[in-house]
Amino acid sequence: MTSSTPHLATEIEAETGINPATCYQCGKCSAGCPMASESDLRPHQVMRLVMYGSRERALQDETIWLCLTCETCSARCPNGCDPARVIDALRELARESGQANMPRNIGAFHKAFLEQIRTNGRLHEMGLVMDYKLKTGDLMKDVTNAPGMFARGKLNLRADRIDGVNEIKRIFEQCGVTP
Amino acid sequence: MSRIGVFVCHCGENIARTVDCAKVAETLKDHPGVAVAEDYKYMCSDPGQALVKKAIEENNLTGVVIAACSPHMHEKTFRRAADQAGLNKFMCEMANIREHCSWIHEDKDEATAKAIDIGRTIIEKVKHNRPLETIKIPVTKRAMVIGGGIAGIQAALDIADGGHEVILVEKEASIGGHMSQLSETFPTLDCSQCILTPRMVEAFQHPNIKLHTWSEVEKVDGYIGNFEVTVRKKARSVDQDLCNGCGDCFGVCPSKKIPSEFEAGLGNRTAIYVPFPQAVPNQPVLDRVNCTLFKGRRKGLAKDACGKCKEACLKGAIDYDTEDTFVTEEVGAIVIATGFKLYDIGKDQPDGLKGYGEYGYGEVPDVIDGLQFERLASASGPTAGAILRPSDGKEPKTVVFVHCVGSRDPEKGMSYCSKICCMYNAKHAMLYKHKVHDGRAVAFYMDIRAAGKGYDEFSRRAIEEDHAEYIRGRVSRIFRDGDKVKVWGFDTLSGEQVVIDADMVVLATAIRPNDGVKELAQKLSVSVDADGFINEAHPKLRPVETNTAGVFVAGACQSPRDIPDAVAMASATSAKVLGLFSSDELEREPAVAIVNEQTCIGCMRCELVCPYGAIEQREVCTVDGHVCGHTAYVNPGVCQGCGTCQAVCLSKSVELQTFTDEQIFSEINALCAWE
Repeated sequence: MTSSTPHLATEIEAETGINPATCYQCGKCSAGCPMASESDLRPHQVMRLVMYGSRERALQDETIWLCLTCETCSARCPNGCDPARVIDALRELARESGQANMPRNIGAFHKAFLEQIRTNGRLHEMGLVMDYKLKTGDLMKDVTNAPGMFARGKLNLRADRIDGVNEIKRIFEQCGVTP
Repeated sequence: MSRIGVFVCHCGENIARTVDCAKVAETLKDHPGVAVAEDYKYMCSDPGQALVKKAIEENNLTGVVIAACSPHMHEKTFRRAADQAGLNKFMCEMANIREHCSWIHEDKDEATAKAIDIGRTIIEKVKHNRPLETIKIPVTKRAMVIGGGIAGIQAALDIADGGHEVILVEKEASIGGHMSQLSETFPTLDCSQCILTPRMVEAFQHPNIKLHTWSEVEKVDGYIGNFEVTVRKKARSVDQDLCNGCGDCFGVCPSKKIPSEFEAGLGNRTAIYVPFPQAVPNQPVLDRVNCTLFKGRRKGLAKDACGKCKEACLKGAIDYDTEDTFVTEEVGAIVIATGFKLYDIGKDQPDGLKGYGEYGYGEVPDVIDGLQFERLASASGPTAGAILRPSDGKEPKTVVFVHCVGSRDPEKGMSYCSKICCMYNAKHAMLYKHKVHDGRAVAFYMDIRAAGKGYDEFSRRAIEEDHAEYIRGRVSRIFRDGDKVKVWGFDTLSGEQVVIDADMVVLATAIRPNDGVKELAQKLSVSVDADGFINEAHPKLRPVETNTAGVFVAGACQSPRDIPDAVAMASATSAKVLGLFSSDELEREPAVAIVNEQTCIGCMRCELVCPYGAIEQREVCTVDGHVCGHTAYVNPGVCQGCGTCQAVCLSKSVELQTFTDEQIFSEINALCAWE
């Protein structure tokens, strides 16, 4: 790594109001992260990259897409850094700059989820599963779980649409979001 | 016939858990000479002491043995009790069956047997104890403070305000020490000169403070309450009574290119000079090493090569022929406050330490140390406070600050943490960013040690508000690369190599004890640690005392200290000194050696080995006044009761009053003779 300016940190601060320099690398965020074992970079390492303006590495890393936004990190941070919000801002920057290295099925999941919200105003689990499977082509995965979920009423065949679904659609249009 | 009382303490469970105390008392009761033996749960408690006192009175005891804890813990307590019961307090002894027995053993039978043995030895010792009196020594109520930095100034002011005379000795031309060189001070960023110079003036003008600048301690004689210190007043070539500090002399001095010590080499001074404009006293000294006139004299020139300053002085205060003079001061207490110096990080190291060749100090002009940065940032410095790098006077846009240069580096000879660097580095980064807004401050650190009131907040502020970039890792190499200074480092948090093209590098070099401290310590009979810092008497409970009674220590000569620490320590020493001066006479335990003048052959081997300089030779005269021989004499004020003299005495003429040969042999006999 050669010297780099902390430009990314400034950008993140403008976007989120969080000063990445407040992270003192104690690692409490990573200690509690449920995705830590699945990720190449842990939350404190993401913060470190942001602090030192390692733009490419931070934006192109797959890890920011694995974050579940459970916000355990942010809730427990002793210095008020909010890593979850920083990761979210990184995702936006990554997409805007076309550097996002989002795994295909994660993108498919996000799209399927938003589509459910747009059409029903709330989540229809069955619809989400079908859409996700069609988008990824992985039709048989986890299918054995289905009977049990049906039996417990976790999956409904009919979508439970909200009354104001048209307003929801308008919100999507005004935000320019097309899943 | 001895009538000795033995009192066995359970110390709650501390002793009773592994020692059968009742059995110890029962067994020792049958020991010859023992009149009474009892055991009790807490002998040091009020009822416990009452038990001892009652036994002394009822049985008319001639000696007391307390089988309990270490004498360090409660010897005083029980001796006081014995005294109250009418027994000479030095007839009371402790048998340590806690630290020496119960705490270190597990088997109860064996521990009990050992406790009995320990009890027996002390009983046998007490049989040979003699009633002794405490020693009384007079106190001279004047103090000497060696070193006129912030610690020395504070100690001097506190003692002087307490109403006693203080002699403040400073080896440089002005008091003020390193603090006068600093720009601003952490964690409040108040200007160092602004808070220091009024104190310097106060010390100078205080009616109770006598100042010897450009002076060093030559010789120390005497002991607590009665020291006699010879001070060498180095030839100043300037009469302090005549000089009015006008400065005409250094205006005309032709030697203008001498690196200024005060500016840490970043500025120049003349040969006759005042170290800095706010110096106290504001009177110059003539540096004879660099003076043209003295250089000529050394070469043997017939005529003086210069003399301009003398011509310029309207007061006629300059005299080239003055010599060092000596003043003897009688004082009752001495405070060492000689401060620190920075570890010289060049390649060549004087005292066997390895240098930091890999950091380019001394080779790359833009690699400087912390004190040099202080001068750059100081309004009174060579750049009037502008951060300009030494090589070309340009404003550096990237400055790298390196922590732990020499500190925490046993390979270079210093394994300790210099304590103040984390804070002053944060301050430097801050000051730099305040002055160079578009600049980049990068700090390489191992840990940030910011323990102190407002300290962590301060160092976090450097990072969070002033955006100093802190990289966790040491720097491997610093070298010149065109007009840049290349820094090779590593970020252990991201696990990557870091290369920085810096314009200037500031090294936080280790704090070392000042030059000459070892020699001074020898003169004062105090010890220094492996790193050369003055040893305190106890790291926790006696932090400002030394092993020599009446000699105290304040500030960075004891270990690296920041200003608040040094000032607190200085005030602590003055409390000790004022405590000492609060009585006209000192009382000391008679645990000292005495010489039997009838048998002493005057060989003076004891004088050679005495670590405290307590022994001197005395003449023995016949009745009509002729000197007929010599004997050794132990000064009871100085003797610390170590017993070294006793060990080397050929004629067995010197012994510790509290550990006579007779007593020790009785103890050994007690161990060997009883089954």
